[in-house]
Amino acid sequence: MLRITDLSKRYKTGDDALTKVSLEVPDGQVLGLIGPSGAGKSTLIRCVNRLVEPTSGTIDLNGAALQKMGSRKLRKARRRIGMIFQEYALVERLSVMENVLSGRLGYVGFWASWFRKFPQKDVDEAFRLLERVGLDHMVNKRADELSGGQRQRVGIARALIQDPELLLVDEPTASLDPKTSRQIMRLICELCEERNLSAIINIHDVALAKLYVQRIVGLQSGEIVFDGSPESLDSSVLTQIYGEEDWEATSKDSSSGSAVIGDLQAAVPDE
Amino acid sequence: MSEGQSVADAATVSRVWRKPPAIERPWLRYGLLVLTLVYLYFAVGSYDINWERVSQGMERGWKFISAFAHPDFVSRKSDFIEGMTESIIMTVTSTVIGIIISIPIALGAASNLAPVPIYLFCRAIIALSRALHEIIVAILMVAIFGFGPLAGVITLSFATIGFLSKLLAEDIEAMDKTQAEAIKSTGASWLQWINYAVQPQVMPRLIGLSIYRLDINFRESAVLGLVGAGGIGATLNTAFDRYEFDTAAAIIITIIVIVMILEYSSSIIRGWLQ
Repeated sequence: MLRITDLSKRYKTGDDALTKVSLEVPDGQVLGLIGPSGAGKSTLIRCVNRLVEPTSGTIDLNGAALQKMGSRKLRKARRRIGMIFQEYALVERLSVMENVLSGRLGYVGFWASWFRKFPQKDVDEAFRLLERVGLDHMVNKRADELSGGQRQRVGIARALIQDPELLLVDEPTASLDPKTSRQIMRLICELCEERNLSAIINIHDVALAKLYVQRIVGLQSGEIVFDGSPESLDSSVLTQIYGEEDWEATSKDSSSGSAVIGDLQAAVPDE
Repeated sequence: MSEGQSVADAATVSRVWRKPPAIERPWLRYGLLVLTLVYLYFAVGSYDINWERVSQGMERGWKFISAFAHPDFVSRKSDFIEGMTESIIMTVTSTVIGIIISIPIALGAASNLAPVPIYLFCRAIIALSRALHEIIVAILMVAIFGFGPLAGVITLSFATIGFLSKLLAEDIEAMDKTQAEAIKSTGASWLQWINYAVQPQVMPRLIGLSIYRLDINFRESAVLGLVGAGGIGATLNTAFDRYEFDTAAAIIITIIVIVMILEYSSSIIRGWLQ
């Protein structure tokens, strides 16, 4: 269980990215975090593994107070928090296998990682995960040779090989086409279910979020303005999160469900 | 109705647009131009050219240039081979030593990796190395270590540090932040982070710069001989002193060929590394 209490972040520039955000994510829950650009979604998940240092507040993951840790303890804690990125963030000049195995860096010594001598069970697990995401035939390809969808699958395998207790997912589909976006979201949610893993997914695409996640939290100017089930996310709530926009107009005249989703997608302001 | 009218009017009237000048005030803009021209006029006028000397020199210069048509590789063969070997050894050792020392300094001089005191310290080393030209360092090293290639090797290693650390540090500063973030978020240690996130991103640049520096060091080693720091430059200097332009031409041709080989192989290696 992840418990965030009164988390605030003020950047050096004086901008308040987060103001007293409190959030609880029980084990196994997949949570979609929506909100306009600059609402603090990215800052919020980066505060959890302290890629961004929070200004105040507490972050508690299964009884460990993350915000207090020194660098050594923090490294240990980061091992159990997997992260998936918008632009995949694979190390482009490393192979698929090296990228996946880099998820084990926190568990192996420096020389073992330098010579790429990872324990056999890590290598087995890497092959198993690559098979699970459908890329076991590409282990020695360089990451920059892959397509967007394939890269994101490698990113997912890298996060999962950490054996995480929590997944932080930052705009996983923002650089992908609609079909691949769905496949990636489905894959992430399936894997979370298989492993009873909780996840926070930052996502711009409201319609896609509604399809896959169990709970939606809306963030606006660094504050939580909505927290509820995907079904209860209606146009008045969207207006509250994103501002005035005719959320219904385009979906009224379309008959099929997928058209509604497509239109909603178009209506959500993008970066 | 009236609103529609005015929109139509605005569309028909052309509005003039010119690129705004870099210097807003005209008197300053033209004043600077005139000042520059006046300065150039007097600056050029301050050289007094002795045309008689030039016409004599032309003859000597032509003799030197025509020597390239019949370079003499044989009459000073042993000096020639000795000087070349010494230059090549100096080049390789100084480049390798320089690279080994440059890497930690480059890491320290990258503002996105190093804390401020280390950053300033490493930048100071780079600034010092870059401020002093090879010849000046070589004169000092010859004074300390005496004539010979050791002074040259130390000089070139020192110069390599300034060059390589600075450019490598800049490449590290320009690396992709999200790749670095991703490796950090796995719980990697600092050294693992350098090895997995930073090194793959800057490796092609490091290798390209190293080969480029090898090439520079070779050319410099030919000059360092002039101040007594060993290498082919000493042989070249002797040849000039004796007016043996044929031998000098042979040495210069060899230097050109070696630099061209280095240039060609470096472009192949860089292409292969991408």
